[in-house]
Amino acid sequence: MTDQSTKSSSQLHWLYRPENRPKLWRGLWLVLALSLLPELFMHHHGNLESQGVTLDSSPGFYGWYGLIACALMVIVAKGLGFLLKRKDSYYHD
Amino acid sequence: MIEHFPPGLLLVIIGLLLPFVSVLWKRVLLLAGPMLVLLLVWTLPLGTSSSVMFLEYQLAPLEITVLGRLFATVFALMAFAGALYALNQAKTLELSAAMIYAGSAIGVALCGDLFSMFVFWEVMTLGSTLVLWAAGTDSAWKASFRYLMVHLFGGVVLMVGIVAHVYASGSIEFGPIGLSHWSGYLILAGFLVNAGAPPFSAWIADAYPEASPSGSVFLSAFTTKTAVFTLMICFAGTTALIYIGLYMVFYGIIYALLENDMRRILAYSIVNQVGFMITAIGIGSELALNGAAAHAFAHIIYKGLLLMAAGSVLYQTGKRKCSDLGGLFQSMPLTTLYGTIGALAISSVPFTSGFVTKSLETAAAAHERLAWVWFLLLAASAGVFLHAGIKFPWFVFFQKDSGLRPADPPATMRWAMALFSALCIGIGLVPQLFYQILPYPVSYQPYTLSHLVTQFQLLLFAGAAFFVLLPMMKRTLTISLDFDWFYRRLFPSVVERGSVAFVHWDQRLRQSCVALVYRMLDFLALHLPEARLSRTRLTSSMVMWVAVILTGYLTLSFV
Repeated sequence: MTDQSTKSSSQLHWLYRPENRPKLWRGLWLVLALSLLPELFMHHHGNLESQGVTLDSSPGFYGWYGLIACALMVIVAKGLGFLLKRKDSYYHD
Repeated sequence: MIEHFPPGLLLVIIGLLLPFVSVLWKRVLLLAGPMLVLLLVWTLPLGTSSSVMFLEYQLAPLEITVLGRLFATVFALMAFAGALYALNQAKTLELSAAMIYAGSAIGVALCGDLFSMFVFWEVMTLGSTLVLWAAGTDSAWKASFRYLMVHLFGGVVLMVGIVAHVYASGSIEFGPIGLSHWSGYLILAGFLVNAGAPPFSAWIADAYPEASPSGSVFLSAFTTKTAVFTLMICFAGTTALIYIGLYMVFYGIIYALLENDMRRILAYSIVNQVGFMITAIGIGSELALNGAAAHAFAHIIYKGLLLMAAGSVLYQTGKRKCSDLGGLFQSMPLTTLYGTIGALAISSVPFTSGFVTKSLETAAAAHERLAWVWFLLLAASAGVFLHAGIKFPWFVFFQKDSGLRPADPPATMRWAMALFSALCIGIGLVPQLFYQILPYPVSYQPYTLSHLVTQFQLLLFAGAAFFVLLPMMKRTLTISLDFDWFYRRLFPSVVERGSVAFVHWDQRLRQSCVALVYRMLDFLALHLPEARLSRTRLTSSMVMWVAVILTGYLTLSFV
């Protein structure tokens, strides 16, 4: 973001113009909504029915599972970071 | 004659010849060699085998199996694309070493006995160490020593295991070994060191990113995947591998999320991907083994492609930290395109090679009624998109504008990336053709409507999680501690402090010994036979002194 403030908005690439940010976010929400659309008229065949597990055939499972799994991994990484992170010159000192 | 000659040796010989030929011949050998190996591998019929007597053992340095042919094929493809990528800028040492390295990896894939396998295995260690050395920097030099130590250790463990196995079973066949005898544990450990399994996962992220731009492309392909190959041959269905593999899958994701160096991110991602394969080997069904083999094949190509893209950025900018990069899509459109194709393939986006190969492994987990493994692999698939699929291209090519405006790399580097991009998409588009070269027949159908929809949902929501949580992933100028801390920090500091303490105590001990000697000398000075206190005296002198004393008494009695 540092050198963007010195340039006028029109010199920046479309992606970096501040006025386009909300559009990018709206685009993301739209794509997510579109990906959930098929849930309305199709039923997923469960992979684990032979074991009596039906969670994976419930509507929208892959969406929330992906979201929560990733959020958890980021949070765990962040937490471990406090323990494990060192300056990148750590081994050179 | 030709049917007894291990094709891998051809690349080893080319590697040894390279320093002595002209530039033109060097190029011809580098590009024609891997192609010739490919031709040999596919013209020699399955089951071809050669035998050589060594002591009382019958070695089989060449034996063509379906699985070996699959790995040899992708190794030869990698050698070709890597050579093309490195052709104009890599040092001759690096190219020589890379050919020896690739040739010996092909040797492992196409041999039929444990002794030949071990010899090729160790030549790989030497070749890969030289590839690292060729980078010529101080940090690469040091990293190559740590790399060599880890792999020589793994090699020794493997050798002891092989000797004990041969002694116990009397067979040198390179086939299923299992864990019924203790030697199996040693062989397994030797293989796992090269696979990057815990606790030896750190060497991958320590060594590979220190190589030259093309060096890390070569390094990413062979060592870990030959380990996957040998594990498939000797330890398919060993349940412990499921746990080890799942650990590696999440280790790779977490460490890659913490990392700032773009090539280290990709190195951790290797551990993650190999984790998928090892989990599948642990499951051990035909579907799972097909999955592991197919995933290894696809992974070599897309990881090579990703490292080529990262190498191009490094070559053009001299920078490797995400915090220094960004906005490069504006001036490196082709590299961005190829890097993104690699990123989509590793994330298993539909119509790429990852989608049609990794799904074999998750399907195998469901098929074998391992629901918890299936749920963890699914979470990890989302995590792959997070740490490699988005994080790498986002921080390198997009994010903030770093102001850097490097051009795309030279033509040969672009061609190599174009070739691998085409393979990533080609395998994704016609999977049935690719499935035919897998070890077992495949009835799996990756392109069902439900699979497409659910895969897009999984990945899109994982992507949404990335952008929503972006503030938590701010790049910091840090590295993350790992098991290598023990041999890079703890052991050296224990040895250093120990030696200081030893010198101190040694000094005090010797000082007190010297003091003791002096005290003894003083004591002796008084007590030796001729010394003052122990001298014998003459009887006459005693009589004289008694007379003196008695005279004294007599004199006093008169007073």
